[in-house]
Amino acid sequence: MNSGILIFSSVLYLAFLFVVAYWAEKQAEKGKSLVTNPYIYALSLAVYCTAWTFYGSVGRAVTNGIEFLSVFIGPTLMMPIWWIVLRKIIRICKVQRITSIADFISSRYGKDATLGVLVTLVCIAGILPYIAIQLKAISSSFLIVARSSDNYKENDIFWRDLPFYIAVALSVFTIIFGTRKIDSTERHEGMVTAIAAESIIKLMAFLTTGIFVTYFVFNGFGDIFQKVSQVPDLSKAFVFNNDGDFSSWFWHIFLSMAAIMFLPRQFQVAVVENVNERHLNKAMWLFPLYMLLINIFVIPTALGGEILFANQNVNPDSYVLAIPLKFNQKILTLFTYIGGFSAATSMIIVETIALSVMVSNNLVMPVVLKSKKLQERFKGNLSNLVNNIRRTSIVMIILLAYLYYKTIAEHYSLVSIGMVSFTAVAQFTPAIIGGIFWKGGNRKGALIGLIVGSLIWFYTLVLPSLVGTGFFPKSIMDNGLFGLEFLKPFSLFGLEGMDNISHGLFWSLFFNVGCYSYFSITSKASSIEHNQAVIFVDIFEYSGQIVNSSIWRGTAYIPDIQLLLNNFFGMKRSEKVIRLFAQKNKINLKDEKADPQLVTYAEKLLAGVVGTASARIMISSISKEEKISTEEVISILKSSQELLSANKSLRKKSVELEKATSELKDANEILKRTDKLKDDFLTTVAHEIRTPLTSIRALSEIVFDNPDMEIEERAHFLGTVVKESDRLSRLINQVLDLEKYESGKQKLNKEEVDIQDIIKDSVDTLYQQAKEKGIKIIFIPDRFAPKFEADKDKIIQVVVNLLSNAIKFCQAQKGEITIATHYVEGWIYTSIQDNGTGIDKKFHRLIFDKFFQAEDQTIKKPRGSGLGLAISKKIIELHNGQIWLESQVGKGSKFTFMISAV
Amino acid sequence: MIYFPMAACYSSFTINRLPTKDMKELIKVLIVDDEPSILMSLEFLMKKEGYQVFIARDGSEAMDIIEKEVPSIILLDIMMPNVDGYEVCHSVKNSLRFEHIKVIFLSAKNKEIDMEKGYAVGADLYVTKPFSTRALVAKVNALAINIVTENTKMK
Repeated sequence: MNSGILIFSSVLYLAFLFVVAYWAEKQAEKGKSLVTNPYIYALSLAVYCTAWTFYGSVGRAVTNGIEFLSVFIGPTLMMPIWWIVLRKIIRICKVQRITSIADFISSRYGKDATLGVLVTLVCIAGILPYIAIQLKAISSSFLIVARSSDNYKENDIFWRDLPFYIAVALSVFTIIFGTRKIDSTERHEGMVTAIAAESIIKLMAFLTTGIFVTYFVFNGFGDIFQKVSQVPDLSKAFVFNNDGDFSSWFWHIFLSMAAIMFLPRQFQVAVVENVNERHLNKAMWLFPLYMLLINIFVIPTALGGEILFANQNVNPDSYVLAIPLKFNQKILTLFTYIGGFSAATSMIIVETIALSVMVSNNLVMPVVLKSKKLQERFKGNLSNLVNNIRRTSIVMIILLAYLYYKTIAEHYSLVSIGMVSFTAVAQFTPAIIGGIFWKGGNRKGALIGLIVGSLIWFYTLVLPSLVGTGFFPKSIMDNGLFGLEFLKPFSLFGLEGMDNISHGLFWSLFFNVGCYSYFSITSKASSIEHNQAVIFVDIFEYSGQIVNSSIWRGTAYIPDIQLLLNNFFGMKRSEKVIRLFAQKNKINLKDEKADPQLVTYAEKLLAGVVGTASARIMISSISKEEKISTEEVISILKSSQELLSANKSLRKKSVELEKATSELKDANEILKRTDKLKDDFLTTVAHEIRTPLTSIRALSEIVFDNPDMEIEERAHFLGTVVKESDRLSRLINQVLDLEKYESGKQKLNKEEVDIQDIIKDSVDTLYQQAKEKGIKIIFIPDRFAPKFEADKDKIIQVVVNLLSNAIKFCQAQKGEITIATHYVEGWIYTSIQDNGTGIDKKFHRLIFDKFFQAEDQTIKKPRGSGLGLAISKKIIELHNGQIWLESQVGKGSKFTFMISAV
Repeated sequence: MIYFPMAACYSSFTINRLPTKDMKELIKVLIVDDEPSILMSLEFLMKKEGYQVFIARDGSEAMDIIEKEVPSIILLDIMMPNVDGYEVCHSVKNSLRFEHIKVIFLSAKNKEIDMEKGYAVGADLYVTKPFSTRALVAKVNALAINIVTENTKMK
C-alpha cells in the first residue's frame, strides 16, 4: 500500500482524535459533559489494551498458547475487588486531590518527597520499554503495510528512522493534547473521550480482522481447529502441557491484577479521571466484556496465521496485518493498521501524560521548591514552569522510549517487554494495598520495600535484556553476579523451574512485602505519617469531613498564601477561590493569620497542580507548623463528624419543630375558629331556644293569671303554646341532627329511589300548608330521569325544607312555586323556584351556614330554625352532590341541588 | 321651647294619685317584635293593664308609628329584620322630640355586652327573654308612674 496513504491516514486519524477531544471539551464547557457517561468511563479503561494486545496477543498465542489470556483474566478477576480497593483509592484521591500513583504513595506515607521521586523513577524505568514497544508496533506495522507497495525503498533514510518521526509526531500531539490545563485534578475530558473513541476503533478493527480471518479466509472456528488438529505441533500449544504452566498462570494473573490498577495510565483513567464512583458499577462488567470481545478472535487468527504462513518467515506479532495483506484486502488492512495505531497512540498519550505529571510534581517541583535559589528564579512564574516541565518530560519520555527501542526493544517480542513493565508497577502493590488497609504501614517500610523490590526487578528482568545488548558481561547470566552462583538473575537463590517473569515477580515481591512489613513494624511513624494513615485507611468514615476539617496546626499568613496561589492560578482566580472558601466556611479574611482550614484548602489546591509532596513543601515554606498528634487528628475528624451529624440532626429537628409549630398554629387557628363558631353556634342556639320559650312562658302565665279570659282567646293562646313547643322540639332535633352530620356519625340508608316519587311525597307533606296560604305548586318532571341510589328520607327532608322555605317567603294568595327535575349527563338536577321576596346576593353562600347570621347577630334570619339549609347542604354533600341558590331581591329564589345518578 | 306631647294628658292628674286605668288609657305603649306569639302575649298584657297599645313587626314599622303616635313607652326587641332595636332606640334617644320616651329592651340576647350596648344607646331598662309577665308589667307600671310624676313636677 502506498506509504503516502498510510501517513495521510495516520495524520487524519490523529486529527480525528483531536476533533473528538476538542468537541468533548466544548460540550463540557456547555455543561453537557460526556465523561458523566459511565460507558465513556468503561471504554476509557480499555486503554489497557495496547498494541501489545492488538498485535502481541496473537504472537503470544502462537508461541505460548492460551497463556496470553492470563493478562485479561487477571483484570477480570480483579473487577469485584475493585469495588473494595479502587473505590477506596478513588475516594482518597478525590479528597486529597491526588493526581498520580507517585503522589498517592508519597501522600500516604507522610507526603514524603523521596517516595514520590522513587515511585516516579520506577514508573519511568518500568514504562519506558512499554512505550518503546508501542513505537515499535507502530513503525513495524507501518513497514509491513508499506512494504507491500511498489515504491518502497528499503534503505531510504525516512524508513530507517521512521520510529523517530513517529516519536516526534506523537510528542507534539501529546503536548497539545495533555498540557493545556495546569491543574491536573481538573480532568482531561477531551483526552478521556478521545481514548474512549480509540477503544471503540481498535475493538472494531480487531473484530473485523478476526471475522475476516475466521469466516472469510476459513469457514468458521470449526474449520480452523479442524485444520490445525492435522498439524501436531500446533495442537499442543492449546492445552496446559506442563507443571510450570500452573505457577506461571498464577503469577501472570496476579501481575495483570496489579497492572490494571497501578499502571500509571490505568491509574490516570480509572482514578484521576473518574467523575463518579458509581461508574465503577458499569465498568465492572463492561470492561471484562470488552476484553472478552477483543480476545475472541485471537486464537483463530493465530492458528490461521500458522496455517497460512507455515514455513514462511513471518513474525506472529504481525499476523493481524499479514493475513488481510496476503488476501490483498486493502481497506481492511488499512483499517487494521489504524486499529493498531489507535491502540498504540492511546497508550502513549495517556501514559506520557501520567508520567509527565509525576515528573513535574514528584521529581522536579520538590527540588525547585526546596532550593531557595531556584525558587527565586522562577518566582511568580511557577505555573509556566510546571507546564514547561510537563512538556519537556513528555518529549523526553517519548525520546527515551525511542532510544530504548533503538538499542534494546528491537530484539524482543511485544509481550515479554509488557510483562517486564507490569512487574515494575507490581512493586507498588505492598505500599498501596498495605497503605489503604493497614494503618501500621509506614514510610520506612514502603521506601525500603520499594527500593529492594525495584532492584530485584531490575536485576532479574531488566539486566538480562541489557546483557543481550552488551551493556553487561554475559558472565552475570551464566555464573551470577561476582561469580556467585545463587545470584544468577534467572535463578535467584537457586530457584529454578519458573519462567523469567514469574521468577522475577516472585522474588521482587517477596522482598518488597518482607521489607515493607518488617520495617513498618520495627520503626516508628512520624505524626504526619500517622495522620495520613488514619485518613487513608478510614477514608469512608471521614470522607465527608476531611474536605472541611483541617488537620493542620500552625501559623501562616493570608497574604503569603495568596502569593503562593497567585503563582499558579493568577491573582484574580486565587483571590476568588480564597474569598469563596472563606465565605463558605465563615472565615474572616481580615485576620492576617490564616485559619487552619484555609491553609489546608490552599495546600489541597496546590496539590492538584504540583502534587501533594510539593504542595506540602510550599505550605511549610510560608508557615510555622506545629506538631499534631494522631489522637488529635482522630478527634478533629471525629468531632467534625459528630458536629456534622449533630448539625444534621439539629437541622432536622428544627425543621420538624418548625413544621410542628406551624401545624400547631394551623390547628390552633382552626380550633379558635371552630371555637368561635361553636360559641356563636351556642349563642344562636340559645337565642333560638329562648324565643319560643319566651312565648310559651308568657302565654302560659297569661292563661294562668287570667282564669276569666275568653274561651276563644285562651284556646288561641294555648294553641300557640303547643305550636311554640313543637318549634322548640324541632329545633332541638335539628341541632342534634346537624351535630350528627358534622361529626360524620350520620349514616345514609341508601336504596334505589325515583326523584319524582320523592317530590310527590314532599309536596304531599306540605300541600295543606300551601293550600291554606293560597300558594300554587307546579311540578315539571323529567320523565327520563333514571332511578338512583340515595337515602330517600333524607332527600325528602331536603325537598320539604326547601319547599317549606319557599312557602314561607311567598306572599299569600300570590305565591307560585315551581319544582322541576332535569336529567343531564349523569346528574339529576332538582330545582325549587318561588316568586317570593328573594335573597340578596351576598347571602347566597352564607345562607347555607348554620345560623349564618351568627357573624352579624343583628341580621335576623327569616323565620325558621336557621338550621334547615345547613342540614340540607350536609345531606346533599353526603350524597356527593351540590346545592346552590340563584336569587335576586324581589324576584324570587331558586334553590337547586344535583345528585349523581350513576 | 321644648314641646311636651304628654302635657295635655297629665293636666288633669293630681300629685298623689297612682296611675289609674283611666290615666293608663292615656299612656301609649308601643310593642315591637318580629315574633307573632310574643307580640300577641305582650299586646294582651299591656291592653289588660289599660295602656293604649300599638304594635310593630320590625324596626322600620316601629319608626313610622313613633313618628305618628309618639308613644310614652316602647317595648323593644333587638333582633329584627331591616332596622334593629338598637337603631330604633338610638334614633329615639337622639331626637329632641322623642328623647323622653322610655325604652325597655326585651331581648333573648342575655350577654352582659349586649345589655351594655342596650344601655349605651339610651335604654331605660333591659329585660331578657324569657321574662316573667308579672315582673314586666310591674316594671312598665313603675315607669308609667315616673312619667306621670315627672310631668306633674314639670307642671
